[in-house]
Amino acid sequence: MREITYAQALREALDEEMERDPNILLLGEDIGVYGGVFKVTEGLLEKYGPDRVIETPISEAGFVGAAVGLAMTGKRPMAELMFMDFAWVASDQIFNQAAKMRYMSGGRVKVPLVIRTQQGGGRGNAAQHSQSLEAVFTHIPGLKVALPSNPYDAKGLLKTALRDDNPVVFIEHKLLYNTKGPVPVEDYTVPFGQAAIKRPGDDVTLVSLSRTVLHALEAAEAAAEEGIDVEVIDLRTTVPLDLDTIVQSLKKTNRLVVAHEAHRRLGIGAEIAALVQEHAFDYLDAPILRVAAMDIPIPYSRVLEDVALPGPQDILDAVRRVVA
Amino acid sequence: MSLKKQDLLRMYKTMLLIRRFEEQAVQFSLQGELRGSLHPCIGQEATNVGAVFALRPDDLMTCTYRGHGHCIAKGLDPREGMAELLGRETGCSKGKGGSMHWTDPAIGLLGENAIVGAGAPIAVGAALSAKLDGSDRVAITFFGDGAINQGALLEALNLAAAWQAPVIFFCENNLYSEMTPIANMIGTETLAERAEGFGIPAMIVDGYDVIEVYEKTSEAVARARAGGGPTFIEAKTYRLFGHMVGDNEPYRTREEVEEWRARDPIKTFPERLQKEFKIAKKEIEAIREEVEAEIAEIARFALESPWPKVEEIETFVFA
Ligand SMILES: Cc1ncc(C[n+]2csc(CCOP(=O)(O)OP(=O)(O)O)c2C)c(N)n1
Ligand SMILES: [Mg+2]
Repeated sequence: MREITYAQALREALDEEMERDPNILLLGEDIGVYGGVFKVTEGLLEKYGPDRVIETPISEAGFVGAAVGLAMTGKRPMAELMFMDFAWVASDQIFNQAAKMRYMSGGRVKVPLVIRTQQGGGRGNAAQHSQSLEAVFTHIPGLKVALPSNPYDAKGLLKTALRDDNPVVFIEHKLLYNTKGPVPVEDYTVPFGQAAIKRPGDDVTLVSLSRTVLHALEAAEAAAEEGIDVEVIDLRTTVPLDLDTIVQSLKKTNRLVVAHEAHRRLGIGAEIAALVQEHAFDYLDAPILRVAAMDIPIPYSRVLEDVALPGPQDILDAVRRVVA
Repeated sequence: MSLKKQDLLRMYKTMLLIRRFEEQAVQFSLQGELRGSLHPCIGQEATNVGAVFALRPDDLMTCTYRGHGHCIAKGLDPREGMAELLGRETGCSKGKGGSMHWTDPAIGLLGENAIVGAGAPIAVGAALSAKLDGSDRVAITFFGDGAINQGALLEALNLAAAWQAPVIFFCENNLYSEMTPIANMIGTETLAERAEGFGIPAMIVDGYDVIEVYEKTSEAVARARAGGGPTFIEAKTYRLFGHMVGDNEPYRTREEVEEWRARDPIKTFPERLQKEFKIAKKEIEAIREEVEAEIAEIARFALESPWPKVEEIETFVFA
């Protein structure tokens, strides 16, 4: 199969869906002539014109709100937040408006809106440009949340997001855009709520998401050399969350590690640990371990950022501890 | 004009120091010594220096990720600035903030900011604080043309008007917000007229004329100090470098850049000093040499500074 980058896979999803459905339109900063700061929307302005690729002022509250209005009146907008951190600027429109419209109206309206953004650290962008916030969106009812870790999922999940009738927060990682992977030419989607087993294993279940999946796979290979057989699960979406795949794996391994780049406190690891002890307590032979970013704003200096964010070594350490 | 020869020379020196500082920072970025994004203020030095020189050392200031010039003009030790860019313990923010988060309350600097528009309400609060204290300190907030479309900034304008806060909204209109021409993003001819809608007096200045920037900003500062409330200043300026290191600038023409470069204050101001103010060429050359020596020392200090201690990674999450 041909290999393309994560950025290219996302672009193909947007392009193919825009071609299929004339109601899909894009809004965001520098997404037109420049093609987006990560080049995901490159070429789309030329192809679809300024009515469907709308360059916005630096007005996140305004254009995300406008996207809600567009969505409520038959359009299918994709609003791009250049960095996840700017979601806070648009937070009322996301949390109080988009997320609740359907429910508050007793089902009278729907909001088929995709908010695409990218998050994560590792590039020295400091505390206001490096946050991983999936847990915040996961917490607020009414939003679906997807976090692809590879080009195949990026394309398939984005297509699902664009076809969904609900607000979807689609979270990319800034260090994944140039990663390559196999992506079929034919149309396909990746359904929400279905985790992927990236590597089968019998000794430890290692649940991860987004870029941390790459670290998890690296750690699993290292663990294999020590005779520990790790099953790596990529969540792919946090809402809906595929608890079943995790529990099935635990029945075999009886040990669970959850790894993510978001802060440890109330991260998705906390939710998974709680769910597992509610639903699968009897299968556990060891305490559940979490690997996550420290509970500090992401520091700038490389010597600090490297420590603040979890890496393959931190995951390997947790895997060793959970089998010890 | 209240500017004396020594002031003019100090203006020139500061502008040049900022230019050379930013060039050195770009160098460090290309060499991989500096991580993350770097947004040089190259081309905007006259705007920065003219405005900041109108302030007192105890006046308060917020600015943006493109704020190195303002901070150095306000008195931030450029060695600490460069050390911050290299993520060192001796940096003004202890290596925790980097290029976009220089902070130094000792010089009234309440922080650069990486969120567009976010510094404006903070400056209004600082101005209100000064007013409540009965002090005559003023606050200034620097922001770009693009920030004019942020809700936080527009709310700040209204708060300042309603409270008659002693604050100057200083907009550096360099024609582009990142890669987008501001002209495509607004419904008015100028940015200044926006402020008038809030009941805030506004003026437009030539950001490439450091003396004009100084004089107009001084008027605004005097009004704020005397209890006359906020002013909005739109400075027409231009960056002679990309939005950030790595920007390949497809959104603007070479001709446009060259047109502004011909007026580059770093080149034209010393000429003006000689012609209009009869300052000797050798005095200007002495400043150039001084700045070169300073830059070498700044770079050395930063490179030789220790890394932050990992044991202190959690320090400063809370007071
Ligand atoms: C709330 C928010 N949205 C978007 C960005 C990304 N961004 C950084 S700088 C910039 C352009 C700002 O333009 P302008 O205000 O004109 O300042 P300039 O960079 O030209 O100095 C953008 C969109 C951001 N940092 N914060
Ligand atoms: Mg600008």
